[in-house]
Amino acid sequence: MRGTEKASRGASRRAFLQGGAAALGGAALAVGGRSAWDAAAAEPRPVPEPPDAAGRATVAFRGVRQPGVDTVPQSFAAFVALDLVDGVDREALVRLMGIWTDDVQRLMAGRPGLTDTEPELAAVPARLTVTLGYGPAVFTAAGLEDRRPTWLRPLPPFGVDRLEDRWNDGDLLLQVCADDEVTVAHAVRLLVKEARTFTTVRWVQRGFRRSPGTERPGTTMRNLMGQVDGTRNLDPAVDPDLVWHADTSRGWLAGGTSMVVRRIAIDLDTWDELDRSGREEAVGRRLDTGAPLTGTREHDEPDLDAKGPNGFEVIGSFAHIRRSRTDDPEQRFLRRAYNYDDPPPAGALSDSGLLFVTFQADVDRQFVPIQRRLDELDLLNEWTTPVGSAVFAVPPGARDGEYLGQGLLGAPA
Amino acid sequence: MSAPHRASPYVTNPKDTTMTTIPTPIRTSPRARLLAGVGALSLAAALGACSTGTADAGGDTAAAAPETTEAAALTIADPWVKAADAGMTAAFGTLENGSDTDVRIVSATSEVTSSMELHEMATGDDGAMVMQQKAGGFVLEAGGSHELSPGGDHLMFMDLTTPVQPGDEVAVTLTAEDGSTFEFTAPARSFSGANEEYHGDGGDMEGMEGMEDADDGAGHGSGDSGQDDGEHADS
Repeated sequence: MRGTEKASRGASRRAFLQGGAAALGGAALAVGGRSAWDAAAAEPRPVPEPPDAAGRATVAFRGVRQPGVDTVPQSFAAFVALDLVDGVDREALVRLMGIWTDDVQRLMAGRPGLTDTEPELAAVPARLTVTLGYGPAVFTAAGLEDRRPTWLRPLPPFGVDRLEDRWNDGDLLLQVCADDEVTVAHAVRLLVKEARTFTTVRWVQRGFRRSPGTERPGTTMRNLMGQVDGTRNLDPAVDPDLVWHADTSRGWLAGGTSMVVRRIAIDLDTWDELDRSGREEAVGRRLDTGAPLTGTREHDEPDLDAKGPNGFEVIGSFAHIRRSRTDDPEQRFLRRAYNYDDPPPAGALSDSGLLFVTFQADVDRQFVPIQRRLDELDLLNEWTTPVGSAVFAVPPGARDGEYLGQGLLGAPA
Repeated sequence: MSAPHRASPYVTNPKDTTMTTIPTPIRTSPRARLLAGVGALSLAAALGACSTGTADAGGDTAAAAPETTEAAALTIADPWVKAADAGMTAAFGTLENGSDTDVRIVSATSEVTSSMELHEMATGDDGAMVMQQKAGGFVLEAGGSHELSPGGDHLMFMDLTTPVQPGDEVAVTLTAEDGSTFEFTAPARSFSGANEEYHGDGGDMEGMEGMEDADDGAGHGSGDSGQDDGEHADS
């Protein structure tokens, strides 16, 4: 099955739906040929999961879309931004894409790279995905400025931004995700060293979520402020057009998307000063269940008009979930965030935050308006500060026989 | 078995699907090899499949007796070449012999180098590892595989005449003892290893690390001028 995980654990919703469809088809066939009772009796018993199932799981590489976007988020991620060295042109980019395509295909299948000096480290794919993004400079280097999407540029400045250049922008991006940190480190090392005559490393940001097998699949992630984070995330299976440029659309980006990487520092020291009710009011959700303050379960619809006994709105006018909501159904995007917790500078207790990573068909139409609303007013701004920002175009996937980016770089000029 | 055919003048054209049955030396391209199957039994059918191929210069194919060449049994898995601007470099991969008789590789050629040698690593008089030509070439046992790797046997490009850039595809032709040839294409990759074994007292060999410094920093033509920046940064 293309684009789905092979392991039973952590299977994506899409995988589940497809698997369900396949099972239904099988059942229908069985019913056609035999009695329903026979079909039920023939149902295979659940096979016990081998202890290393999480490590053996793989995600398909080949396809119309790149993996690592609608893949259920793995536990660990590295975001590696690279800059092209002088002199890299379209021909050189094609060579680089050929190298990376081969490496990524091998690594995602749990096989060593062609020149892998640590082949044993490749034996645990752990749902490894590598997702490639292009910054604006790729289009300049390739002499293809006319094909650069209009939204592919730095985000407009926001009042809350305190951007540091060391976390900004980049000519190329590799998002490397797996359910194992050794797998991520090895893949990053191989991909970066294979590219060393074409690129230099601009920045690397590493992030994490809960480890495999530590909580129920499908649980919404928590950030390091303790909040359930991403309850109202869009489902790419339900709203594919908000994530992808339609597979059948014209142009090289068909099957592609865009990626925003924002590094959001969290001041946990001042967050610590806030009591639990204050924390819940800042967001508008309960900390334990993630339910809106007007509901009881995580996915309950917030009642923004509800008033408390004193006449004030239950979900305050500054609350994050009120500010991030919009009546425009197009102003949504797929969030795929990771926590970070890096060594603190001298004298500080921590350097923690969120790698706020989003995928959307159009940055300007979907992402920027929401960011503007939050910039204007969001109680969470008191404790969160964007310190890095980058935008990338995510080319379509590599179909059989293709290299990544072939639709852009391989097309006639 | 014929005597080793050292300097094969028969450089196989990669697009050449000719399959001939003339006595040695015999030209065999990878496609022809695939078509030839595994033995004389399938040869008649294979000849039929080869009907679109062009006849060899020999012109006496119809009269010759069917015969399977040594090279026809060869395949290579995961071939690659270490990228280099000039000087020496090497190709690696896993050669496989699908036949039921041993095959001896006696020479190699590539258009990007003035000459090639078949090398092995050996312990020198001083105890250090040195590379040297492998006497008698590489023997691929019947049904077996033979690994070419950094630090082990390898195909040595003695002096590049064309820079080999990362991501390039390099064609290499191997010649078997019976003069038949096997061509494969190997992608080029940046690689830091495959150096140290050439540092030692290797006679007049410069060593492969010499190529790292060959780049004058100005690139080479329209190619990737940044080719060796990273290499230098590593050292």
